[in-house]
Amino acid sequence: MTYAKPLPVPDPESAPFWEGTRRHKLLIQQCGNCGRNRFPPTTFCSHCRSDAVRWLEASGRGKVFSWIVVRHPVPKDVYASDVPYVVAIIELDEGVRIVSNIVECDPSDVRAETPVRVIFRDVTDSVTLPLFVPASS
Amino acid sequence: MWSLRDKYAIAGIGWTDFSKKSGRTVRSLASEACLKAIADAGLEAADIDGVISFHFNDSAPAMAVATELGLDNAGYAVDYLSGGNAANLITLAATAAIEAGLARNVLCFRAMNGRSGFRLGGGRDLSAHGITQYTAPFGWITYPQAMAMWCRRHIIKYGTAPEQLGEIAVTFRENATRNPRAMQRQPITMADYLDSRMIVEPFRMLDICLETDGACAVLITGTERARDMKKKPVYIMGGAYGGGPDQGEDLFDAIRWPDQSHNFAKYIADDLWRSAGVTQRDVDFAEIYDCFTYSVIMALEGLGFCKEGEGGAYVQGGRIARGGELPLNTAGGLLSEGYIHGLNHVIEAVQQLRGEAGPRQVPDARIGLTTAGAMTCGSAMILRN
Repeated sequence: MTYAKPLPVPDPESAPFWEGTRRHKLLIQQCGNCGRNRFPPTTFCSHCRSDAVRWLEASGRGKVFSWIVVRHPVPKDVYASDVPYVVAIIELDEGVRIVSNIVECDPSDVRAETPVRVIFRDVTDSVTLPLFVPASS
Repeated sequence: MWSLRDKYAIAGIGWTDFSKKSGRTVRSLASEACLKAIADAGLEAADIDGVISFHFNDSAPAMAVATELGLDNAGYAVDYLSGGNAANLITLAATAAIEAGLARNVLCFRAMNGRSGFRLGGGRDLSAHGITQYTAPFGWITYPQAMAMWCRRHIIKYGTAPEQLGEIAVTFRENATRNPRAMQRQPITMADYLDSRMIVEPFRMLDICLETDGACAVLITGTERARDMKKKPVYIMGGAYGGGPDQGEDLFDAIRWPDQSHNFAKYIADDLWRSAGVTQRDVDFAEIYDCFTYSVIMALEGLGFCKEGEGGAYVQGGRIARGGELPLNTAGGLLSEGYIHGLNHVIEAVQQLRGEAGPRQVPDARIGLTTAGAMTCGSAMILRN
């Protein structure tokens, strides 16, 4: 069965992130000059403009900053079997935000500030997605 | 800061039918709207020396329309690669171009087969390259999904209720019942709103704007020239364009935005009011970019009609209805009239200020506000008769 959902296409800036997920590690960038954490990856720091960068393994823990529950599948043929699904903006303990799904959880149980932790799902032979589950589970 | 108060005016407006299936090319729609705006101003093709449009490659380029209509003097032709944030940016850009001596009479248009052709709502392109590689793989791919995430922040922080969003939907639909242009003219009740299908929580179907085939055009010129044209001028008193920090690359990338409970409006408010020399109290009506019910709340709060967090309460109690303190989206808005990416708000504002709005006329309207954009950046204009 072909995986029908969008798959990330890595680029020179994002390749380390997706290689990290393949190894079940959640990597974010940290400026090598001013130390500010950032996500998504970029070449230059928006704070000090340096191009010095370190990749930091995040703890994988965070809190729900905002979320939606998709009930109408778009496109229908791709998401019909997934609805309702939760997409959330998660604020990681490292202070950056990341978008992901909250899984293994009833959508009605999601709240603001719900503590979550990352799990990794190998969706194809070459792509692993970081998903989140309630930290209490 | 835009500082050309009352030096420029809207002298002509034009629009096509708004439909689900125009059966025409987008260029044809654009040309019709532009022809009507030229005629409305009492001008000829040779008088037009500038054309400006905005689009996401889903419309006719400015020069294509100039060519079709034989606007042989329209050497100044510019296309902004922009969304709904640009509906007032292009009119302000027209004033800047004229001020700089680049043109004298400038057409501004937006055209789309937004329903039968390229649909802006999203979800048809399942690629996840560039910035969307961090969002699309999780099924976050449509505009309603993006804005629902923003709306949730307002609910989290302020407890905004469905009935408050519903007030916007119901009120705008009521306005649309008096508008022959409007695509949706059947009145709805709050019960209809609350019962409408949940699309992407917290958004129901009736929180989401229409998809429309159609075009709108406005003609901008200097005030002195405008006074000699066919219709009474509508003067541009003030305008602003801008946004806040960490806007990101696209609407899905705006996760770094300080807080999605507010949008660009609070960042441009000071410039807007200062440029026009008026305050919120002076405004007789407002046409606020309503791709979703929620964007109206953020604009009202950001522009200072009420405090942050109080937008939900502000829209209740009939305040935004036609006979209320601040009539909003008097033609029905993008939610009920049609979605011409916000340029139809400018059409309506001009009609109100000319006294041409018929059954939906706001009595004694003297100053109107238009806004464009819903998220990190946008534009606004204050117009007067």
